[in-house]
Amino acid sequence: MTGFRVADGGPVIPNFGHGSACLKNNGWFCPEWVREHWGDILQPALVQHIELTVIAVSIGFGIAFVLALVGFRFRLFNAPLGAFTDLLYAIPSIALFQLLVPFTGLTVTTIEVALVSYTLFVFYRNIVEGLRSVPDEVLESARGMGLTRRQTFWRVELPLAVPAILAGVRVATVSTISIATVAAFLLYYGLGGPIFDALAQPDIFRTELVAAGGLAILLALTADTLLALAQRSLTPWNRLG
Amino acid sequence: MPTEAAELVFDEATKVYPGRDGAAVDHLSLTVPAGEICVLVGPSGGGKTTALKLVNRLIPLTSGDIRIDGRSILDLDVTELRRSIGYVIQQVGLFPHVTVEANIGTVPKLLGRPRSWIKARSAELLALVGLDPSYAKRFPAQLSGGERQRVGLARALAANPALMLMDEPFGAIDPIVRTRLQDEFLRLQHELRKTVVFVTHDVDEAIKVGDRIAILREGGRLAQYDTPKQILEHPVDEFVADFVGRDRALKALSLRTLGDLELSPAIEVDGLLQLPAETSQRDALAMLVAERSEAVLVVGAGGSPLGVATREDLLK
Repeated sequence: MTGFRVADGGPVIPNFGHGSACLKNNGWFCPEWVREHWGDILQPALVQHIELTVIAVSIGFGIAFVLALVGFRFRLFNAPLGAFTDLLYAIPSIALFQLLVPFTGLTVTTIEVALVSYTLFVFYRNIVEGLRSVPDEVLESARGMGLTRRQTFWRVELPLAVPAILAGVRVATVSTISIATVAAFLLYYGLGGPIFDALAQPDIFRTELVAAGGLAILLALTADTLLALAQRSLTPWNRLG
Repeated sequence: MPTEAAELVFDEATKVYPGRDGAAVDHLSLTVPAGEICVLVGPSGGGKTTALKLVNRLIPLTSGDIRIDGRSILDLDVTELRRSIGYVIQQVGLFPHVTVEANIGTVPKLLGRPRSWIKARSAELLALVGLDPSYAKRFPAQLSGGERQRVGLARALAANPALMLMDEPFGAIDPIVRTRLQDEFLRLQHELRKTVVFVTHDVDEAIKVGDRIAILREGGRLAQYDTPKQILEHPVDEFVADFVGRDRALKALSLRTLGDLELSPAIEVDGLLQLPAETSQRDALAMLVAERSEAVLVVGAGGSPLGVATREDLLK
């Protein structure tokens, strides 16, 4: 099967006939093509890609947080839940996208389900580890001062888990941006769309490949930097001493 | 700061851990008068820390009772009980993610005190424990071990508790700073007059800090509960005598100063070592031995001679 985009007013295949010399020679990066197709190809793909990532990371975080609370509170469940997220992570992404098609079809939902399931592994582990990292003496003093179990969680354990949780958010975000490009195997969506299109050309359309691939890399680096800054400003206590 | 203190009574307090032979604390009965420091001391396995944690119910009693100002701890809500007792532990356990001020304000905040009250209280307590006001905005990772324990003490005092529980508070601090913290703690206690239960494994610390000392032996049984002087001079049995050490006579000397002696008139004083009246007899003896001399001239404030103390006087 193929999910490559063909519709939407004709194929978005460069016309080698009347382009610049760069395009005629299939150069690695022809700026005029990028300028010309920023509005109709690259920018929409980038927006879709950001959307895919933000939704997957948010939903993944929500699900993993609930699972982690269960695994943290009831130690008995920790190993099975960890193994479950481990298993999801081990499924090759192309296989997982295919496996989901009978249930959710060739839709963005299919892509999101797969992306979410990949984030769970990183999130689950980091949240549980973060909550567990609170030193015994801190918990003892909290109890001794009369914090209830719930107060100890919200005021002590969760804030102290924030560095580990944010580290998980960074890894999950960057890996989701990367895996999401593969989703275009299924459906022309996100930055994977132009990448797969470029690869489908007889000689590989280099400019489109470099432009879309480069945007994916740039997006990953930007997201990682912003999250790193957030991490620093949210946990001033963690970079001292 | 209002000074208030509570009388603490252990009444046949017993802790038996399920599945373990023998008790950890065995029918412990003793009364800590309001405003006094009671030191629990003894070998490991003596149940000192267990006995301490019975008071704020971090460890539940198996049988017997503990009363604070006549009220059984079992009749009080456990969180309210804990919030009303100052708690200091060896590893301090400051919250690493909040400032010193927020750490000190932990219990007041739980009790619903306004932010301005907490700010003022924190400044007052920092001064009390000898830290600069600028420490309020620091994080625990920026403090030394001794400073952390001072903040731990300030945090325990924040809600002005009538009772303080201190579990080897100076145990993890280097000897020089430990001595200073002990001295400052005693100075503070002189002002505040809290009822304090203080656990240590260090006999010298117990003698220095305690108004009364409870010596616990293996199995959590009380061997002797008395003033430091009585324990050093009249240990009830071999166990206590051994525990306080062969140098207990010397330790007893550290409880008395030169001013406590009956001095002979200062007649021939040339060349005598001069020591202030508040010098402990133990230190004076040590100096006599070191200087190979027979007597010291005891001087009062301003250096006026009070009299002469001889080696024999000290050894009497």
